[in-house]
Amino acid sequence: MTEVITDPTPPILHGPSDKEKKYDRQLRLWAASGQQALEDAHILLINSGSGTVGVETLKNLVLPGIGKFTIADENTVGQADLGVNFFLDEDCLGKLRSECCVRLLQELNPDVQGNWFPKNKNETIEQLFDGTMQFTMILYTAPITRARMELVLKYGQQRNVPVISIHSAGFYSYFHINLPGNFPIVDTHPDSTATTDLRLLTPWKELSHFAASLTDNIQSLSAHEHGHIPYVALLLHYLAKWKEEHGTLPSTYKEKTAFRSRVASGARTDTPEGGEENFDEAVAAVLKTISSPGLPSSVREVFDYTPNKMESTASFWIIADAIKQFYNKHNTLPLPGSVPDMKAQSTVYVQLQNIYKAKARQDAAEVLKTVRSHPRGKDINSAEVESFCKNAAFIKLIRGSKSSEASPTNIKVLAEREFENDANAPMMAMPLSLFPIYLSLSATTFYPTSDASDIIGTIKNVFPDAASTPRVVEAAEEVARANGGELHNISALTGGMVAQEVIKIITKQYIPIDNTCIFDGITSRTQVLRI
Amino acid sequence: MSQPVMVSGTISAQVPLPEERWTYLNNVLQHPGPFTEPDYDANEVADRMSKMKLLVIGAGGLGCEILKNLALSGFKDIHVIDMDTIDVSNLNRQFLFRHSDVGKSKAEVAARFVEKRVKGVKITPHNCKIQDFDDDFYMQFQMVVCGLDSIEARRWINSTLVNLVDEENPESLKPLIDGGTEGFKGQSRVVFPTMTSCIECQLDMHAPRAAVPLCTLATIPRQPEHCIEWAHIIAWEQEKPFPKLDNDDPEHITWLYKKALTRAGEFNITGVTYSLTQGVVKNIIPAIASTNAIIAASCCNEAFKIATSTNPSLGLEENYMMYSGNDSIYTYTFKHEKKADCPVCGNLARDLDVDPNLTLDEFIQSLAVRPEAQLKKPSIRSEAKTLYMQSPESLRLKTAANLEKKLGGLVVDGEEVGVSDPSLGAVDFKYKLKFSKSFAATPVATRGSTTGNGTAA
Repeated sequence: MTEVITDPTPPILHGPSDKEKKYDRQLRLWAASGQQALEDAHILLINSGSGTVGVETLKNLVLPGIGKFTIADENTVGQADLGVNFFLDEDCLGKLRSECCVRLLQELNPDVQGNWFPKNKNETIEQLFDGTMQFTMILYTAPITRARMELVLKYGQQRNVPVISIHSAGFYSYFHINLPGNFPIVDTHPDSTATTDLRLLTPWKELSHFAASLTDNIQSLSAHEHGHIPYVALLLHYLAKWKEEHGTLPSTYKEKTAFRSRVASGARTDTPEGGEENFDEAVAAVLKTISSPGLPSSVREVFDYTPNKMESTASFWIIADAIKQFYNKHNTLPLPGSVPDMKAQSTVYVQLQNIYKAKARQDAAEVLKTVRSHPRGKDINSAEVESFCKNAAFIKLIRGSKSSEASPTNIKVLAEREFENDANAPMMAMPLSLFPIYLSLSATTFYPTSDASDIIGTIKNVFPDAASTPRVVEAAEEVARANGGELHNISALTGGMVAQEVIKIITKQYIPIDNTCIFDGITSRTQVLRI
Repeated sequence: MSQPVMVSGTISAQVPLPEERWTYLNNVLQHPGPFTEPDYDANEVADRMSKMKLLVIGAGGLGCEILKNLALSGFKDIHVIDMDTIDVSNLNRQFLFRHSDVGKSKAEVAARFVEKRVKGVKITPHNCKIQDFDDDFYMQFQMVVCGLDSIEARRWINSTLVNLVDEENPESLKPLIDGGTEGFKGQSRVVFPTMTSCIECQLDMHAPRAAVPLCTLATIPRQPEHCIEWAHIIAWEQEKPFPKLDNDDPEHITWLYKKALTRAGEFNITGVTYSLTQGVVKNIIPAIASTNAIIAASCCNEAFKIATSTNPSLGLEENYMMYSGNDSIYTYTFKHEKKADCPVCGNLARDLDVDPNLTLDEFIQSLAVRPEAQLKKPSIRSEAKTLYMQSPESLRLKTAANLEKKLGGLVVDGEEVGVSDPSLGAVDFKYKLKFSKSFAATPVATRGSTTGNGTAA
């Protein structure tokens, strides 16, 4: 029998701290570890133009308690700023915009430190990159000069700092994430419905025995007992019978539906409800649980990747390699060990849970042993290994972006692919590509007030058919209409999306975009593309 | 018409703001784009905007954002309704509130803040429930934008706006724009009442979480949540440690937490924490500033486009945008079809399969949990007679005897019933009851003795 595991440390009886109270609604999403990462972070915003989208992004980071933020912006506040930027008021007119925004943003959360730049006329924004200040992430907005943009991107690559560029004008926006290196994530928070992994086709000894002990004399069980056999045991029972009769386990869709009918016919109907809930649950679980999961492609990508010399010393890659060895040996990933709720007696359910937990621990111990045998595996926290094992099927690798990838050739290839898809879009009932919006906005990165023909002219450099592609012409006209100015709603929406991405990257939880998100405020659609 | 009360000391002399202030809005207001209707008239639009009166419902996470966004979209006359007061757990996202505002009215603090920050906008707060106002109040607005966390309030305003529509009077059709969020996910939708799919048509997209059967809580708990619900529903009622449960009182939550923890210990269940207790008891939905920013801005972008015709909006075709930021960014923008049998905006009674052997009381209970109904305190009339009325008390007493009767004895197969629930507005939900089983006309008195097989746990 398996041991009954009780929690060795009962939680201490105390209410939440002031901080836990204030951040309650977000701690439920990224827990104390994510919050700590946010509080340790320092974000730099290089602001420009009508200046709203970056400030709206910061608002969404100051509120949840980012550690520090710095705004670099040499503009002074004018009338037009007050019509689009909420973090400026009448008293700010004529003053330095960076300082004013910092002051009004900081009001939102006394726990956050804000700083601005330049402090005096002799300072230039370029001085920020002399190495005296450390940033966790840099955001810059369009318009920007080419020289400054290149400086920021180079700094990001050299210092290993992610850089996000943001461009919002009129009803359109996009943002692009430059990750300096590969970005692996363990804590991806998959939907709870996707994580059930019960290994019903390959039960181990303890599970089989336990299930059999519940179903041995299933016919003679009392109504109460029969109605409380957990569906895991029911399915294992009927699978064993199926194998006796057919020699193999049900594998095709047809076999599985036949198997499902077989399970359903086992329910007793002489009950007050005319059926049994546990059997209903078993029937509903057949198609989802009676299958061997195979290796998810995102995990395959991690296994197939050869980390470079610098990466290979990171705990992620050492553990990933140990899990790969585990997979190669057992042809399955370590068991996550959680059991969904199901109709059962309390004691039976807890016993079942413990069987899964014990197996998960055993698998994690094997992985840990491999980790420890690695020259740099001595210091890796065993909790990190356990958490990796639990999430193994959902780990994700986002490849870093090299600036060379956004070369004119790549843009051309991408444009051709997107427009080819568009040709089939109506037939497939698919929405049209938003790539024309990206092309038109990025054509105004250095020249925000370009007219439509200038924009098309610039696009032609990378995509010669621009002028004869109606969707490109329309997007160019719509961008020209905005004359480089932001609409508050579009910038607020984009600032929300960018802030979500910043949080995902800093906390290393959930999955960030790869690597560009385009928003169309006319049709209310987004598209994510790797550019 | 409601006249805003002047607060003493405010200077009301309106100095016109320099036109330069609206440079960026004017870029799109004064220049039509490739997708703008050809008959666009910038002067007419400017005139329309200056007269427009908008209603915002909710001054919480979404509402704060909505007020800011509408003020910076050029709307000048905005009302906001919220009955809540500010709590410390609001401060991580409701950015118009400070620690010193805790305990004050959300509507009032939010309105004052935005008025002060954005010159030239008038915001009138209403610190009360939406149900406190009548049709005349709602008639004065041209559009309603909702940032609510309650399905019930959404259904109430939806049915109210649908009922307001008078085909003879185009002014009576008020577009309803609604946002909602949960964690990194959310949705925004536009309803043209009676013309397009309404909140009630879309009700099954927001099914309530399945309740745990009482017998699981009482006899076979398996999850920490079961232990908490047991403390909440059963232990509290038995022991009544305080006269009335207050979800916001830490002492009360601590009592429930300790009870749940003890019970979990008895059953070897792990995972009961204070935070989980609070989450289950208050049905807390995780909420963050960034998601609210996305959804509120999407709603206000649609409101701006509808008001100004500067670009096509969601509404007649696509009317619903889903957003998810959990795994990359995924949005799905689609047309939710209007339902002919929608109890609020449709003409046909909706078919409802029922077991005629249920008592009227059991049937009423089931209406609360059926995803397509979700009616918690319904009164029911058949074509022939009143079956059950929740109020007034005299009628309730008169009809209470029907509760024990079986449905098959009260209505015939295929009969239409009207269900009303005042918390959802003045609407009559029409259902056609289809019997799913044959009716065994057993007299009430002998019920239970025929099976002799015990009762369900």
